[in-house]
Amino acid sequence: MAVKTDAIGKTYPAVTYAVGREKVREYAWAVGETNPLYVDVEAARGAGYADVVAPPMFAVVYAGRAVTPALFDPEVGINFANMLHAGQEFEWGPLVVAGDEVSTTTTVRDISERGGMGFYELVTESRNQRDETVCTGIWRQIVRGAGEP
Amino acid sequence: MSLDAGDTIELKVTPDPYVTVRYAGASGDFNPIHIDEAFAQSVGLPGRILHGLWTMAQVARAHTDAAGGPDRLKRLSVQFRGMGVMGEELVVSGTVREVTDGVAVLDSQAEQSGRRVIRNAVAEVQV
Repeated sequence: MAVKTDAIGKTYPAVTYAVGREKVREYAWAVGETNPLYVDVEAARGAGYADVVAPPMFAVVYAGRAVTPALFDPEVGINFANMLHAGQEFEWGPLVVAGDEVSTTTTVRDISERGGMGFYELVTESRNQRDETVCTGIWRQIVRGAGEP
Repeated sequence: MSLDAGDTIELKVTPDPYVTVRYAGASGDFNPIHIDEAFAQSVGLPGRILHGLWTMAQVARAHTDAAGGPDRLKRLSVQFRGMGVMGEELVVSGTVREVTDGVAVLDSQAEQSGRRVIRNAVAEVQV
């Protein structure tokens, strides 16, 4: 059985995430970030930001929940037990700060098969409340055994 | 901070035994292979393993620290390989390949005890 490729090009409804100050602090703490911009409101405001700044990799929080529906979509057909997160790419625009509302759409960019493995490439585009693109993500998953009979 | 071709950056961090629990809560990724020792072993892993995206966050931090702040990091691409574990020092290292029009391109990686857990990382930072 070859991998199903019908879902290539499929786009999912936007998921909007409200960025909270304490969530940014919690994330910064979990990844060991100590830059005051991420935790200290006064430091962030002193640097010209409206509130604490989300570390760039906070993209996994606001964009990650927009990826989940695609990963679980039967039309995409990923077998979770055999899935590996193979690669990740982010390109960032203006920084996200607490108080922002970030809206993310996910598109299935490619599904292919090589050597008995399925390769799934999802793209997320995240925009803030001013319609600025704050982050574009490419999420690459490999599913072992996806192409086997 | 200036970065010129050939310059190197480095970040070292030793993940403690509960880092995956904190990261699961902070990120929303509760895959049990990261937080449940018995489950991880039941699927053939030596034990709980690090989230790849936590490890990528260390790679990102190495670049934002070196470049002078989060606004400097414009792009980061990584490949996940192998398994990151707790209790072993993670070493992120990178080398500036070139600087063009104020953007430095770095080739980077992350390893634990000589095992590469992130390879072929490429970062673009404003300098």
